Amino acid sequence: MITIPADKRGLTFLDDVVAETPGGERLVHCMQCGSCGGSCPNGPDMDHTPRTLFALIEAGQRDRVLKSNTMWRCVSCYSCTSRCPQNIPITDVMYALKRISLREGVANGSDAPALARTFTGLLDKYGRSFEFGLASRYYLFNKPLSMLKMGPLGLSMFTKGRMSLIPTKIRQLGQLQAIIKKAKEMGGEA
Amino acid sequence: MKYAYYPGCSLECSSAAYDISVREVADVLQLHLREVDDWNCCGATEYFSQDELTACSVIARNLALVDPQLDQLVAPCAACYLNLKKTDHLMAEEPAFGAKVNEALAAGGLHYDAGRVRVRHLLDVVYTDIGETAIRDKVVRPLTGLKVAPYYGCQVVRPLNSFDNPEHPTRLDELFTWLGADVVNYPLKSHCCGGHMTQISEAQAFELIRRLLQCAVENGADMILCMCPMCQLNLDAYQRQVNNYFSTSYNIPIVFFTQMLGLAFGIEPGKLGIGKEIIPIEPVLRAKLSGATA
Repeated sequence: MITIPADKRGLTFLDDVVAETPGGERLVHCMQCGSCGGSCPNGPDMDHTPRTLFALIEAGQRDRVLKSNTMWRCVSCYSCTSRCPQNIPITDVMYALKRISLREGVANGSDAPALARTFTGLLDKYGRSFEFGLASRYYLFNKPLSMLKMGPLGLSMFTKGRMSLIPTKIRQLGQLQAIIKKAKEMGGEA
Repeated sequence: MKYAYYPGCSLECSSAAYDISVREVADVLQLHLREVDDWNCCGATEYFSQDELTACSVIARNLALVDPQLDQLVAPCAACYLNLKKTDHLMAEEPAFGAKVNEALAAGGLHYDAGRVRVRHLLDVVYTDIGETAIRDKVVRPLTGLKVAPYYGCQVVRPLNSFDNPEHPTRLDELFTWLGADVVNYPLKSHCCGGHMTQISEAQAFELIRRLLQCAVENGADMILCMCPMCQLNLDAYQRQVNNYFSTSYNIPIVFFTQMLGLAFGIEPGKLGIGKEIIPIEPVLRAKLSGATA
């Protein structure tokens, strides 16, 4: 179990992660059993499995944690969370690490941060997701060579009536944007 | 029974077959679904990766817009369902956070009291609120002889789960037994499809998709039934790319469970979005379910 000496509380990387995660105080109960990594469908593609990551967090290895790809390989399947014997909200810890790494400008998760930003940028603009816009912008700016491979898929989706070239906008876009603006002011978005 | 309905962005276009079939099936089952007026995108997993307060505020706008006369909200998409439910849960569990969300909502003249709306997944409503007897009563074209592989994915059954087992879910299996189908038991039925990884890392995503297809095929499935647009997209639209990548030859149709439910209720395939799938289901229907082809 991770224990924090009283005089170190509020000072460690672990505290930062706990503070960023809803229910994050459970993190101190990690007993390094490895159920999380064993359950993770993407464990083999991670720099560190979740179990290792939690040991690194405890050890204050801020850089190694925040620059790793681990959290960016997490697709929120919640297998680890549902199996953790200590009820640590592991998926939410991964979200917290993504946010901290973006905020500190050290995110190193290949194209995942770019996909996240492109997606929410379109949400902010239209109020709805826009799949064609997402795919074209994301591929153009991040992996232009892959656009060729995506062509046939895009075409078949289009011919099946499953891809629109025009975004849908919500009516009260101003209202949504005012909410987003306020939330960002209060939350300090990365 | 009356519910607010949150279709979500995927159901507008890329998974229109889900939306169309949900509405048809709801008519038969007398589920009155009232679409949330002017709903916005739930942000999928992408806003939570950047800013939790904004993520929840964007989602809470939808909860605030639920008709005051309705206290239950139905979402067919797994990600929307989880986001709506999670936001309500976070606001209730952490009142200080809930107050911040409401401060953001106030900038748009809105307010949401945590716990006011109960968020439900469509499968839960069909299974629990309608139930076996009423569903069996509506079956006019039993799915006898069809081998279906129910696929649960992740976000409905695992986090904050309240209606099925997170490790070994069975609700969709049971539902299809009521329809007369031959339900295939396969061990990966709640494993991950890779989610947005198809956009980020082919190698990672395609292996997850391949495992699922292989497991369903190995166990004799004629088709995979989905309850999430992302799962359907990954297994259906990427199936040919997966074949190219691994030199495999999977050709298994992937449909939404509501489409097959509709066929069992005697609704015409064209009204259920049958034909919008990339791997056509028509040959399977023609071979095994007479009278159900377009």
